[in-house]
This record gives sequence, C-alpha cells and structure tokens, in this order.
Amino acid sequence: MLLKSDKIIPIVFLSFFAILLPLGYSAGLISVNSISLWGRYFCFAIAALGIDLIWGYTGIMSMCQAIFFCLGGYGIGMYLTLQADSSPAFLPDFMSWNNLTELPFFWMPFQNFIPTLLLGLLIPAAVAFIIGYFIFRSRIKGVYMAIITQALALSVYLLFIRNETNMGGTNGLTNFKTLLGFDLSQPAVKLGLYMVSLATLAGVYQICRHIVGSKFGKVLLAIRDSESRVGFTAYRVLHYKLTIFIIAAVIGAIAGMLYVPQTGIITPGRMDVKASVEMLMWVALGGRGHLKGAILGAISVNCLYSVCTTVFPEGWLFILGILYVLTVLYFDKGFLGLFEKLAIRVGLKSRKTAAAPLP
Amino acid sequence: MIDMLLTVKDLSVSFGGLQALNLHNFSLAPRELRVIIGPNGAGKSTFMDLLCGRTKADHGTVFFDGKQILGMTEIQIAEMGIGRKFQKPSIFPSLSVYDNMLLATKMKKSVLASLFFKMDSAIDDKIRHTAVRVGLHGVLDKCAGELSHGQKQWLEIAIVVLQDPKLMLIDEPAAGMSDRETEKTGELLLELSTQHGVIVIEHDMHFVKQIAQKTVTVLVNGQLLTEGTFEEVRNDQRVIDSYLGRSNSERIKASI
Repeated sequence: MLLKSDKIIPIVFLSFFAILLPLGYSAGLISVNSISLWGRYFCFAIAALGIDLIWGYTGIMSMCQAIFFCLGGYGIGMYLTLQADSSPAFLPDFMSWNNLTELPFFWMPFQNFIPTLLLGLLIPAAVAFIIGYFIFRSRIKGVYMAIITQALALSVYLLFIRNETNMGGTNGLTNFKTLLGFDLSQPAVKLGLYMVSLATLAGVYQICRHIVGSKFGKVLLAIRDSESRVGFTAYRVLHYKLTIFIIAAVIGAIAGMLYVPQTGIITPGRMDVKASVEMLMWVALGGRGHLKGAILGAISVNCLYSVCTTVFPEGWLFILGILYVLTVLYFDKGFLGLFEKLAIRVGLKSRKTAAAPLP
Repeated sequence: MIDMLLTVKDLSVSFGGLQALNLHNFSLAPRELRVIIGPNGAGKSTFMDLLCGRTKADHGTVFFDGKQILGMTEIQIAEMGIGRKFQKPSIFPSLSVYDNMLLATKMKKSVLASLFFKMDSAIDDKIRHTAVRVGLHGVLDKCAGELSHGQKQWLEIAIVVLQDPKLMLIDEPAAGMSDRETEKTGELLLELSTQHGVIVIEHDMHFVKQIAQKTVTVLVNGQLLTEGTFEEVRNDQRVIDSYLGRSNSERIKASI
C-alpha cells in the first residue's frame, strides 16, 4: 500500500499540473496569471525540499535559507536587468544615481547567461561552505545555530538594502524584459517558465529522494538522532553536515533563479529574517522529515496566503500563527501526518505501514 | 610472554584537582575478557573515556596494538579498532534496527562513499549474521526506538561488533535487564571474547561471576586495588570493605 501510494501521488501530481492545468489555460478556464502563480509555488516547493533536507532530515535549524534563495534570484535578476537594454554603455538607473560611470566588476559576469547560471549556483554554494564550515566546526547546534543564522540573514539583508552595494537597494531589481530573447510578458513564455519550474521540482524531488534513500541519507537521520554517536561510529560529521548544507543552499538558489523571472522583481524583502522563518514554517506545517510534506507545505501555505490576502488581508499573520500553534500542539507531523491519521481512520492504510520507518 | 593487546602505564587524569584515575599498570591479552569492578566514582568509566579518546589524559602511556594512542582523536582511535558501548543506550531511534547496524558496519565512511553506497550480499550477510548472534534477527525492520531496553543494549553491542574492533569496551551491559536478559547478555559476551578483546564494567556480582573467566580488576578511588580470579577477589577483605561498605559486607558475602 505504501509503495503503491508512493508512486501514485507523484503521477497524479505531475499529470494534473503538467497536463490538466495547461489544458485548462488553453481552454480559457484559467488565467495566465494563475499559471504563473503556480509556477512560483513550485519554486517555493523546491526551496522547501532543500530546507527539509537540512532541517527535517539532519535536524539543523538554519534560519538563513532565504539568503540562498535570494542569491540565486539576484544572480538571474542582474542578468535580466542587463538584458533589458541592449546598448553597450547601459547602466541601471540606481547605478547612475550612485554616480557610477561604468558597470561594477561584480556585475560583469552577469552580462551572459551561462556565467550567470554558474555563478548563481556557485556563489550560494561558496557562501554555504564558508558559513557552514565555521558553524559546524565549532559544533554549534540547536538554538545557537538558529540565532547565528538569523543574525547572518539580518546582516546580508542589511548589506543588500544599502544603495552603495549597487544591488538596487530596498527597491531591488525589476523592469525585466527578456530572458534569452524570450519576452517575459508573453503568456507563452510564462507558460514555458511554469513548465520548467514543474520539471525542475520533479527533478529536484527525484534527487532528494535518492539522497534520502542512500546510506548518506541514513547518516543524516543518525546525525539528527545522536550526533556524537555518529562520530564514534567513525563518520566525519562535519563533512556530512557541510555537504547537506551546501546541497540545500544550491537547491534554494535554483528555486530563486526560477522564481525571479516569473515574479519580475527581487527585493531584499525576500531575504529578511521573516522570510527565512516563513520558509521553515512551510516545512513544519507540511510535515518535516518527509519530502512530500515539504512540497505540500510550501504549496498549501502559499495558496492560503494568496486566498487570505485577497479575502481577509489583515488576518493572514493570525491565521498562519494559529496554524503553527495547532501544528506544534496537535499534529507535529504536519498536514502529511494529519492525512495519514485520517487515512488510518477511514481504513485506507493499515496502522503498521504508517508506523514503518522511512523507506 | 605473549604480545599484549593493550598496555597501560602510569595513566592519570584529574578533574578540578580531584584525581579521577591513577593507574600504574594494566594490560590485556588478545581475546581476553576482563571485568572491571569497583564502587561508584572509582574511575571505571573514566578509564574507558580515556581509552576511546573522549577524555584527554594528564599523562601516561597507552599502547594499543603496539601503538601509542593517547592524544589521538576519537575517530582515529575508532579506526584503530577500539569500539565502545556506552552506559546509556545511544542508538539511533528513528532508524530501523537494520539501518543502525548498517551504519556501524566497517566500511568506507566518507560522504561520497555513503552517497554512492550499493548494498552487497557480503555486508547483508554480515549484518544478518551479527543479528542472529545478538538475538535481534526477528526485529531487523523495527524502528530502533521501539525496542525493549534489553534489545537496545544488544543492538548497542551489535553496533560495536560490526565495527570489527580488536578491543570492545562495554560499560554496564546488564544494567536494568531482567535476569533472563542478563544471562543471555553474559553468554553473548563470552562468545564475543573468543574473537575480540573485551573489557566489561559491571556492578551485578552474579553477572560478574558468570562472565569472569580469568582476571577481575578492582578499581577504588581511581587506583588499582587488586587483580585476580573472581574467587580471589570475592574473598579479598579489602575489596569487600571498599566495594560493599564494611557494615554490609558480611550480609552480602553470605548471599553470593
């Protein structure tokens, strides 16, 4: 039963979003904006997978994952900003206001797509390596890890809101026009980005499944259970934590790179401490320690956000807060755990398979 | 004289001025099972902590398999072949019994090796064989957190066995076990000592009687009080006085 549902859910998910939704769009039932919105949800779901790896599976409470999302996002944002005008001496407005006459050196590589793609992944990986190396080498854990990463998130945020950083300040980067020659305002291009996001989500999910199912994944769970015991069993815990931290950062960056062309803007607001905490909440609400839970959490919380902010704008934070309290108090396995309980109640799933350890 | 597996000379450590251990001479032959007894605070667990690199010694020498191991890291010592079972069970509760054993099995343990690890029948056989030895073959798929207390202790021992150590340090294996479980644990330890050097710390005298083959070492206040067979040690008045307390000694001696 478990194996069966393991295969059925992804197939239903994929066929619904890859076939039915685009069909609905071409039949005129769904607006292109909704398509684009779902594309962004998929980006959040990708980032949530990375957070689940590091928090749900390894037990490292990192509160700076939004930084990696934004580093990827800013990378592609810089490329898109430079693409918006083809004249060779083009400078973004905010640079002219800073009295710059030519492009700063760190903007140079972002004139071309391939270097943008590489740097968009390599910079977050390098940042994660540096942060992770010093934190994990000092064996900082638990609440101290949370505090340090929050402080880091705040300092990177403060760096990006400065106008002198030449990254657009609080306004961020916007006014994107084309990506690889495709006009971003075209519905067909939006649909294309939606499909790419969905495909990437599927691919990242598969990779995460492989990671979690491998012996490496078991070591991660073991680190969550008893870090010192893993060390006594001759595993180098530092290497393992560092590897998964970098993997999570790169996954976050991929999500950010897909997100920015679809929203058309990236601002430092996406990387403040609140943004990182919200990302953790997606995973907590969906069901941490389960990849499907992370995806479910990211999509459902963001759906709820979209609905609430149109129907009941002042209430959103209260609703999120109540949901979070309920999760902590009554269903600590998140929505996924709740569904599982319901499935047992109606007899769809036997108690035995539900209690089985992760595959 | 045969080559000793472990030779300890003048090993000492103190914590905040209190001398926790001051051991002048201790040695263990290959495939010997040694029981260490002593009252609380005698330095038994500290001795194991020193041997496996968890605590740094003030001075002294520890030769294991011909090499000085003081100053090595925990990981280096584990790789040299000293496996430790802690007093408190510290298995991985969210992994299955099988996976607990898989992680412990001696193999390459780098990140890449783990990412691209492929199960082979030799490892599978080894795990299943060990499971039979420790009596856990019926519960391999169970979550380790759901095991009974005795089963957790055996899983711990299995984890140490799978690291294929030359020397196993086992801290209070029978603590909290039922009589039947205790007896089974004793048989297991005796069987293990046919292939590994084993040092056991234990309080339960019936259990010590069951497993002590040749030598029992008595530590008191961080120092070696005496060494001898179980009978010799049991009848040694100094041991009885220090270990059981003078007032209780007669009564308990009679009961053994």
